[in-house]
Amino acid sequence: MDDSSNENEPRRAWMSLLAKAPAGRVAALLDAAMARPEFTWLRAPEIGSVMVRGRAGATGQPFNLGEMTVTRCALRLCGGEVGHAYVQGRRKADAEAAALVDALMQSPAADAVRRHVLEPLEAEARAAQAARAAKAAATKVEFFTMARGED
Amino acid sequence: MYVAVKGGERAIENAHAWLAEERRGDRDIAELSIAQIREQLKLAVDRVMAEGSLYDPDLAALAIKQARGDLIEAIFLIRAYRTTLPRFGASRPVSTGAMACDRRISATFKDLPGGQVLGPTFDYTHRLLDFKLAADGEVPEAPRAAKAQPAEMPHVTGFLNREGLIEEAPAEDTTPPDLTREPLEIPAGRALRLQALARADEGFTLGLAYSTQRGYARNHAFVGELRIGTVAVEMDIPELGFAIEIGELTLTECETVNQFKGSKTEPPQFTRGYGLVFGQSERKAISMALVDRALRWEELGEDFIGAPAQDAEFVLYHADNIQATGFLEHIKLPHYVDFQAELELVRKMRSEVTDANPAREAAE
Repeated sequence: MDDSSNENEPRRAWMSLLAKAPAGRVAALLDAAMARPEFTWLRAPEIGSVMVRGRAGATGQPFNLGEMTVTRCALRLCGGEVGHAYVQGRRKADAEAAALVDALMQSPAADAVRRHVLEPLEAEARAAQAARAAKAAATKVEFFTMARGED
Repeated sequence: MYVAVKGGERAIENAHAWLAEERRGDRDIAELSIAQIREQLKLAVDRVMAEGSLYDPDLAALAIKQARGDLIEAIFLIRAYRTTLPRFGASRPVSTGAMACDRRISATFKDLPGGQVLGPTFDYTHRLLDFKLAADGEVPEAPRAAKAQPAEMPHVTGFLNREGLIEEAPAEDTTPPDLTREPLEIPAGRALRLQALARADEGFTLGLAYSTQRGYARNHAFVGELRIGTVAVEMDIPELGFAIEIGELTLTECETVNQFKGSKTEPPQFTRGYGLVFGQSERKAISMALVDRALRWEELGEDFIGAPAQDAEFVLYHADNIQATGFLEHIKLPHYVDFQAELELVRKMRSEVTDANPAREAAE
């Protein structure tokens, strides 16, 4: 698929963020920000798997590593905006919340959703990652030379 | 004579009820929650996900609880569940070069960009039982460095190959075979072998890898790099027309660098073995890399010296613990009719021998 177009980049970024959010978090942020809009299902939440691939030698030939569970759904708001979600795990309620956020981000409510849902999610994800990276860095080995043979 | 019998329904029901009670154990002891297993027996959960070939920590924790801690039974439950899921598609190959590393070490190069990062390892512990864990008490938070690890760390083999001394792994975009869809057949290409090894029994893989170190298909492996951390999984979504990240996984990756004196087709250089496993499991990842390298004898033009780890058919057809345990354990199920037939046969053979040789019976 085409990765070069930047037009899809913002949506790609928020859908990726929603897919990786901790259980219940998107729903909590969304419900705190606003009342949920009416919608109709285009595809009710469905649990399935995705085959995860790796590459031999990290960069070579692709191979099938194993599957992961994924929940997906699609819905339409009264205004016609269509929201999609693919989220990791077996999480129908989270998929619904993620699809609502995806649809709302295409609606006039986009600014509010960005401020109250996406930005906090992003900050939390960044903080969690930074915490692990700081703990990893604390286990980095500092070598020092005990003796050097010169003969 | 053939006699069909049935029965045992009540015995089976009662056995299952007793199993449930035994699983619960002493009711004066608090019951384990799925979350406790997921968080505190994480490496068991990781093994069940890796060999169950399905990444879902909650399901793996549930399987461990249901199986009373029997990990192969838990893997069996996960494999069975996996078959009930519709497959939405396949991901793009994960980019382990972009891994957010908890751990990243190299046994071959001391000073590498990004450094030697130990992570939450058992290495350098004294393997003395820690009785503090038997008492109550919280652990303090781990120290944090002021400066975090860089978000991306380059692979060791990538930046060390400027001299061309290490075999390359050029990118390809072929669709790999899938042994969950097509039965495993020999000869198996490397992609199929890696899939089989990624879900192979840890103990079997370890034993085979150890055999190569002891001299059966010796290829003198160094751990060029071992890394554990999280990677994003990206998938093309047809209804959107672009790819999104659908989640992130913890993976363990091992790249070995192996001595190679050259062959008819290849110059002397270092060759590589590769291991990639769900979760944190470096024993499995290193074992996988060693066995992968041993199985590559043919494509590298090495000799087949008859070592078990070189024999793809032997390795791949015996590495799956669910296939193995299924066939092994089925022999405890009723074989009354089979055995009756065997019994008749042995009686008949004996009577033939004694009829032909009456002196022998007299002597006994």
